[in-house]
Amino acid sequence: MRTRQITALLALGASLVACGSSDPEPAAQGGGDGRGPITFVGGKFEAESVQKIVDAWNAAHPDEKATVVLLPEAADEQRRKLVQSAQTKSDTGDVILIDAVWTSEFAANRWIDELKLDTSAFLPPTVETGKYRGKLYAMPMFTGTGLLYYRTDLVKKPPKTWDEMRRICDEVLPEQKGMACYGGQFDKYEGLTVNFSEAVHSAGGELVDASGKPQVTGDGAKKAAQFLADGFKSGMMPKEAITYKEEEGRVAFQDGKLLFYRNWAYGYEAAQKTDGSSKVAGKTDVAPIPGLDGPGAGTLGGNNLAVSSFSKNKQTARDFVAFMTSAEQMRAFAMSSSMPVATAAVYDDPELIKKYPYLPALKEGILAAKPRPSAVRYGDVTAAIQESAYAVVTGAKPVDQAMTELQAALGPLLQP
Amino acid sequence: MSRPRGQSWLAAAMLSPTMIVLALVVFYPLVAAMRESFYTSGQTLDADGFVVEGERFAGLANYAGVAGERFLNAALNTTLFTVVTVGLEVVLGVAMALVMQRAFRGRAILRASILVPWAVPTAVAGLMWKWIFQADGVANALLGTEILWTADGPWAKLAVVVADVWKTAPFVGLLVLAGLQIIPSEVYEAARVDGASAGQRFRRITLPLVKPALLVAVLFRLMDALRVFDLPYVLVGPRKHSVETLSGLIWDEATRVHYGPASAYGTALFVYIAVIAFVFVKLLGADLLSDVRQRRKEARDVG
Repeated sequence: MRTRQITALLALGASLVACGSSDPEPAAQGGGDGRGPITFVGGKFEAESVQKIVDAWNAAHPDEKATVVLLPEAADEQRRKLVQSAQTKSDTGDVILIDAVWTSEFAANRWIDELKLDTSAFLPPTVETGKYRGKLYAMPMFTGTGLLYYRTDLVKKPPKTWDEMRRICDEVLPEQKGMACYGGQFDKYEGLTVNFSEAVHSAGGELVDASGKPQVTGDGAKKAAQFLADGFKSGMMPKEAITYKEEEGRVAFQDGKLLFYRNWAYGYEAAQKTDGSSKVAGKTDVAPIPGLDGPGAGTLGGNNLAVSSFSKNKQTARDFVAFMTSAEQMRAFAMSSSMPVATAAVYDDPELIKKYPYLPALKEGILAAKPRPSAVRYGDVTAAIQESAYAVVTGAKPVDQAMTELQAALGPLLQP
Repeated sequence: MSRPRGQSWLAAAMLSPTMIVLALVVFYPLVAAMRESFYTSGQTLDADGFVVEGERFAGLANYAGVAGERFLNAALNTTLFTVVTVGLEVVLGVAMALVMQRAFRGRAILRASILVPWAVPTAVAGLMWKWIFQADGVANALLGTEILWTADGPWAKLAVVVADVWKTAPFVGLLVLAGLQIIPSEVYEAARVDGASAGQRFRRITLPLVKPALLVAVLFRLMDALRVFDLPYVLVGPRKHSVETLSGLIWDEATRVHYGPASAYGTALFVYIAVIAFVFVKLLGADLLSDVRQRRKEARDVG
């Protein structure tokens, strides 16, 4: 009796599995080229300002209204949700806001459609982040790169090179109690990839060359890794910085514990707050980040708009993308939010520069900025980079060994 | 044992809804995960750079990682974490229960406050301890140290253990307290009359009588600790070798869309937990089922 029951249960289980795995017809993507109501799915960035653009769209297109669905703030969570709905071929999101580094993965999996839109109004490096194999899949919307925050009360002229930065620190720090020279984001997460990539490009190297081969055993990459390793060894970068994400470091800088801090533009407003939360209000400015022999090259961040392959109303979705990224709407967005946008005109707008004095420095930074490696398996690539870069900053492995291991790990991941 | 045939069919019919629900929510995911662990997908690109769709049978390839350094490290971390935390929690939990059982003024408040950590959601507790353990946090200020608790390293292990013990010792305490309360006070009175010391009373009366409750608590904690994910993830962060647990590893593989290896590791973890539970029940848990067996025996005798 007992064995028969178990057999029956197993058979039931097996039959359930069988219906679960009936393969969908290959390559037949869902979706349609229609018009009608759409849904915009994006992270919780500046929700109010985004809603304003959507309201403007809805007022002009009463038959093709857009609804906003907000995903959690953490990028990993957003990606997980978007990948999940793409894998079930769900049409819940017609227009999706994706991180610049996801473009390749989403395009290669046919989760997003190629776009034929005019990108001439955008800063050129931001357009590159929306491309996969030379074709545009995502329209630039938000952008950003690393800026060097420094103390105007202690530093006359921001440094252009790492050596200059070291020299300034040697002069200034002996007079300051409990202050370290430089900090960035060195905890083991995406921020470490950003900071490591920034150091490599600032030293004239590259992580991946134009043909898609890893180059981390090259001169530039090794010098960058050495700069980080020495920085932590000598105390130029405080030991705590290996636990810093953006916010921990921002708080340390605002408490006067850092002379220089690398962060995105968002930290500017917070640093200048005069409500007592920042001890460096009025004493902070930003500059493009320094490099080995001259000005550095930041890492491009940002979020781009894409049309889901599973959308039923793709015509509306494409129009919506064009509308959101139009010069007019981008300017309106910039007026109400400090999140940097990708259109070039915003950075030369006198009214906006008055509002956000860091815009010229940011523009210079973005034009010099380099994207992180474009890879279909970006998740694996960034994990490999973090693994080796973390070993370098914690001093767990010598630079040569860490870079050789990274070179070996990246090889198969970047293979087409 | 011989029952009329019709009755057994009736029993089967009555039980079938339960069986169907069990099949759907327990066996199907289990079998589906095991099936997934033998397949691979999305790992190759065609000439135009698009991912080749569909699954491919991969045999045991996904299980190759089970012998890999990362899996073994995670397995070791998980085991160490389980042994240390469950050990500490049993000692502290029993102590808490003994205190909570005493009748004194303010007992209700004490009981409630001991249980607070258990009521805090783990993710929230993780964030709270992260705040305590951060570089310029409370822990370093109190100890006068400059330890980076949340960076990868042995200190991170300690931080996770401290946070977990703080959080779940009350759970053990609660279950043991329930066990203590059913020990009749006459037993203690008799022992006292016979001149047994406090230590003797604890070892000869309290421990044996509370053992069934304690074993249930330990079994629950074992299962919980072996699949721990949230605390190390929130407190220290993903992919930090010193605190990466098996569940953490599985999560990491799954978020990088490596469903094959993730399922393989999941299956391995399932087998590991099942073996531990089986061994635990076989070695220590005779008492867990003695009650059932006793009743069955009585029923048979009556029948």
